[in-house]
Amino acid sequence: MNESLLRRAEEALLPPIVALLIALILGDVLILLFGESPLHVYGRMIEGAWGNPYGFAQVLYKTTTLTFAGLGIALALRAGLFNIGAEAQLAAGAFGAAVMGIILPAATPALLAVPLCLLAAAAVGFLTGGLPGVLKTKFGAHEVIVTIMLNFVILALLNWVIVEHLRVADTLHTAEIRAGAVPRLSEFIPAFHGSAANVTFLFAMAAAVWCWWYLFRTPGGYALRAAGLQPEAAEYSGIRVGRVWMKAMALAGVLAALGGTNFVLGYKHYYEDGFTGGSGFLAIAVAIVGRNHPFGVVLAAFFFATLSQGGLAIHALVPKQMVEVLQGVVILAMAASVPEVQRAIRGARKAVAA
Amino acid sequence: MRKLLITVAALLAVHAAFLVLSPRGTEAVGDADATRVGIVLDVGGRGDKSFNDGAYEGADSASRQLGADVRFIEPGEGADREAGLRLLAAEGMDLVMGIGFIFTDDLTVLSREYPNSRFAGVDFAVATDDSGNVIPPPPNVAALKFREEEGSFLVGALAALVGGSKRIGFIGGMDIPLIHKFEAGYRAGAKHVCPDCTVIAQYAGVTPEAFTDPGRGKELALAQYQSGVNVIFHAAGATGGGLFEAARATGKLAIGVDADQAAEAPGRVLTSMIKGVNAAVYDAIARVDAGTFKGGVYSFGLAEGGVGYVYDDNNRALIPEAAHQRVEQLKADIIAGRIKVPSTR
Repeated sequence: MNESLLRRAEEALLPPIVALLIALILGDVLILLFGESPLHVYGRMIEGAWGNPYGFAQVLYKTTTLTFAGLGIALALRAGLFNIGAEAQLAAGAFGAAVMGIILPAATPALLAVPLCLLAAAAVGFLTGGLPGVLKTKFGAHEVIVTIMLNFVILALLNWVIVEHLRVADTLHTAEIRAGAVPRLSEFIPAFHGSAANVTFLFAMAAAVWCWWYLFRTPGGYALRAAGLQPEAAEYSGIRVGRVWMKAMALAGVLAALGGTNFVLGYKHYYEDGFTGGSGFLAIAVAIVGRNHPFGVVLAAFFFATLSQGGLAIHALVPKQMVEVLQGVVILAMAASVPEVQRAIRGARKAVAA
Repeated sequence: MRKLLITVAALLAVHAAFLVLSPRGTEAVGDADATRVGIVLDVGGRGDKSFNDGAYEGADSASRQLGADVRFIEPGEGADREAGLRLLAAEGMDLVMGIGFIFTDDLTVLSREYPNSRFAGVDFAVATDDSGNVIPPPPNVAALKFREEEGSFLVGALAALVGGSKRIGFIGGMDIPLIHKFEAGYRAGAKHVCPDCTVIAQYAGVTPEAFTDPGRGKELALAQYQSGVNVIFHAAGATGGGLFEAARATGKLAIGVDADQAAEAPGRVLTSMIKGVNAAVYDAIARVDAGTFKGGVYSFGLAEGGVGYVYDDNNRALIPEAAHQRVEQLKADIIAGRIKVPSTR
């Protein structure tokens, strides 16, 4: 029993470690080509991300957005659907929360205002995620195409609403919300002072636990996974795959949209055009590297948040593009090596048994 | 399993070997009392041939001529702007700069937290109170603003003087007040020397993509040229690339923006309206270096050399001496305050 647990841990952890090492070595070569010392660059990266409380809190802030969006993508992937729309879902959720926060009177107690803002974000996410699900089920429209195109539609629409109607003069953001702001973590941990990390981080962790419970402990989650593994078989066993797909996409939209509240409710207290900066796309990598497991997503989100925050700290030494190349290499290595390495493990084990 | 563990060990060894490698020269850090400057660029980053590249150029010449030690950060998502500024402020930089109006809030927050640090923002949005009075930025923040309308006025006058047509063209990128300043100045300049001229102004769109769409730029430019326009001025970033293509194809004239764009369509670029982000950045660094930095609003127009137009060997043949004299006269009039250039449509 104990041995099999160890074996499972090895099986889960060794492949990513190999992939990470390959990525690090490629990074070494790149850094040397830039005429810098790898030790210096990596050291600075780690220092900037984990070496001081502020950097670490920034990592937590970035983890929050990536966890929510990554969960949305992972959940859809578990149902066999590729949700490329997290970028727009993040923005739409943030916008929904901001509008609710602006409409509510300033005196609204936080206990009422925060759930209302979250609900507004979730409702917007439900629509933006649910629409591709409905189109897929009812008309057979491929969810990849629909979600990609919806990104353009939603982001352009939000941009227009902000620029033409809702922005404060000379800026690209709305007015501040009057209610629904959540406290920053620095209010409980003074060392985090100045960081954007806020209570929505806890919401993200709760969402991960909920996703795990839903996927692996409920009939709905079972149906979702069955639909993803083998839709025909699931249909034959009495699962209504079309409905599962619609539900999965709507849920994915809700999760990604809640990620937008990290910025609006926890950080700036307004919606700003273009704040996502590609987090919704990075979240695809988070879901894949996290292997579509809710806890894997949290770890992967933390990892990519570290790369991103550490990347800021090493700008003086190497160009930003270098950090992006490194991120790309990590994603490639993780995604490509996992099945291969697993096969190698199996081969090795067979050899030992024989 | 053992095979994999061996792989891990081997990879670790290679990585460790790389870690101890250190190319020569990396320890060469600038001298200790150099002015240390940290700059956070706009999301577009380096390579935009306009704003960010201008800031980079200004900082680069400051580091070469004044020996300033300059660090750049290019942010990714929205939260990286403040994080970048904060990283630099926390390192005790002598001057921390944000490039672009979008840094306004972030700089305001940071300048309060670090009252002893100095900050500067290019295109910093200065707020006005209800009665229209300017609310000054925090005392340790320099707001570097440009009077783009003044330079646009001169190229508008030049377009009307040289174009040989009563119709004069303008192509804007995103339909926002910042770009309206270019249009307003251009229109006023053209009308000033040719009251019965018509200025045809079109915008590429209402999203930031309007600055990156050369196809749309070419479409608009060709349509304007066909309607009898001989000169078109653009304030549209990369979208303007389409204008130069159309100018090459039709043999008509184009006017560049932000930097000297003569090379985009050799012989067909009448002039360029220069917005000296580089000069403004250099100026701010030089003030810190000389110990004369003060917060407040710095407005760069014709008088300060912050905006202007190109007149050199590349375009001298396109501009008759009389037209050049006239524009120089207008320039002097604006600097002396005899002509007031509008900044809104």
